[in-house]
Amino acid sequence: MGTWFAENSLLLGLALLDGLANAALVFMVAVGLNLVFGVLRIVNVAHGSLFAIGAYTAASIGLFFAARGLPPWMGYVALVLAAVAIGAVLGPLIERLLLRRIYGHEDVLQLLVTFALFMILEDVQKLVWGVQPVSQDAPLRFLGTVDIPFGEDVIPFTAYQLFVLPGIALVTLLGLAWFLRRTLTGRVIVAVTTDKEAATAMGIDAARITLLTFSFGAGLAALGGALASPTLALVPGIGAQTIVLSFAVVATAGLGQIEGAALTALLIGLGRSIAVYFAPEFEVVVPYLIMVAVLLVRPQGLFGVIETRRV
Amino acid sequence: MKRESLLAALGALALVVCAWAVPWLKFVLTIALAKGIAVLGILLLLRAGQVSFGHSMFLALGAYTMAFLAPMEDEVLLLLPAAALIAAGFGLVIGLFLVRYRDIFFGMLNLAFAMVLYSLLEKLYAITKGTDGIRVAALSFAGTEPERGTQEWIVFGIALGLAILFGLLVRFYLASPMGRALAGIKTRETRLEFMGVPARRVLLFAYVLSALMGGVGGALVAMTTRHVTPQIAYWTASGELVFIAILGGAGSALGPFLGATAFELVRVYAAAAVADAWQMILGGVLLVVILFAPGGVWGLLSRRWRA
Repeated sequence: MGTWFAENSLLLGLALLDGLANAALVFMVAVGLNLVFGVLRIVNVAHGSLFAIGAYTAASIGLFFAARGLPPWMGYVALVLAAVAIGAVLGPLIERLLLRRIYGHEDVLQLLVTFALFMILEDVQKLVWGVQPVSQDAPLRFLGTVDIPFGEDVIPFTAYQLFVLPGIALVTLLGLAWFLRRTLTGRVIVAVTTDKEAATAMGIDAARITLLTFSFGAGLAALGGALASPTLALVPGIGAQTIVLSFAVVATAGLGQIEGAALTALLIGLGRSIAVYFAPEFEVVVPYLIMVAVLLVRPQGLFGVIETRRV
Repeated sequence: MKRESLLAALGALALVVCAWAVPWLKFVLTIALAKGIAVLGILLLLRAGQVSFGHSMFLALGAYTMAFLAPMEDEVLLLLPAAALIAAGFGLVIGLFLVRYRDIFFGMLNLAFAMVLYSLLEKLYAITKGTDGIRVAALSFAGTEPERGTQEWIVFGIALGLAILFGLLVRFYLASPMGRALAGIKTRETRLEFMGVPARRVLLFAYVLSALMGGVGGALVAMTTRHVTPQIAYWTASGELVFIAILGGAGSALGPFLGATAFELVRVYAAAAVADAWQMILGGVLLVVILFAPGGVWGLLSRRWRA
């Protein structure tokens, strides 16, 4: 065992670093999905499309800035701009025009509406950005790399993936926890999540909260995409991949807990990147194996609360 | 009820006439019938209020069973039951685990199993040829090896025959006490159990039956396309099956076939008209159906009769 670690310390180190960066991105998407599900009670299949569109928009804005000869740090402004734009434009548009019409319908219909939206957005994305890979790495190059000592080896790792991605995920986690527990709007969101009827009876404008939450969730997905855009080549299908991964995170974590979503994202992100380095065939399988194993022991998810059964 | 049988007979006749009049439609309609059989399984689970977002795994199991076994044994009359049995067996094994979960967990666990199967099919290149997929070897039907044109008709005929068979079976099953109990799972499961009905066993039976029909549907798809790729197991394919169920309407055993035919026709024509945006058109159709005709095609038809 000891020799195995000595021989593979470099790979293991890379896997851990990659896993951390990966987990940060997955968390951004999964936490938005979780939040939206809490308030709307809809599993939003199109959430992954928002991630993809966020990524493409960020890349486009970034490339546009670069073409205009703006300084490289403007690449970061591009990332934030993209996330805000998607959250503020697409979010309300989708909630108002589409989702609002189907609240209270059967779960299946609600799920399928978002699936239809996913199909539409997938093609919109192809029409706007084409099928050729799009990539920008200005934000990645701007910060350069950091040499990390691992035993006798040194791993050069991009500072962007090492500090920026986990940093933003951590800020999101802490900010969200503070927002939901300490501010009035946040507490109102929690109230609507817990019991919509009672919250409405207390005079809470549930329609406004729903709009707000959905747009916020959309913005988080887009931010996840925007942050991911410098680290990968954007091709059709990234939305589809992202959403199934976030489904796995949300189901494994159980519903409602944001800290739970963070820990689960970390677990699944690390598990996946370890698989990438040591058993690449099983990269895609690992998140689901973790999910099945967890649900086998805890049917309500790692952090979910058991609901009382109604008669 | 009589009208339903009449419509089924008329529909079957219309399919045969269409397949005969427009030869290239035969392929599309055979696929539609195959998917319709698989969607019957989705329909059963929808009765219990459960959405399987991973049913494509059973199609994949059926299709790959066909592709793997065909070089060893080319007799369709043996291959089809084998595909059905393997899918049903797999359905039983994971069903024992899945029926403990409801709603989002049920849907997501199905998705998880389907994704595991998908990536195994994709990654284990030595066995499955990865994304290249496997060509289905030449098949024989009751000992004969007909030429291509005849064979297409035979596969179409088998699909139509099995569609009618499974349609009747599902109708019979849904009217039986076991089938009625499914609706109980949707409304209040606890009440079922107070009456002494084991809810999990009721759901398990439906799940295994739906897996079996998924396997048959997948085997028929493999017989028609003669080539299977992992794409058949991807989660978007599962989404399409649920889409078809809602498009056709969950109110009748005819719904899946109405839905599947409409779906495949829209897909073919949309792909021909605007190659880059057929998904968008399908998505648009789905939205229109859900917002303006929540009962699906079947709902529209049956409302007309009542009026």
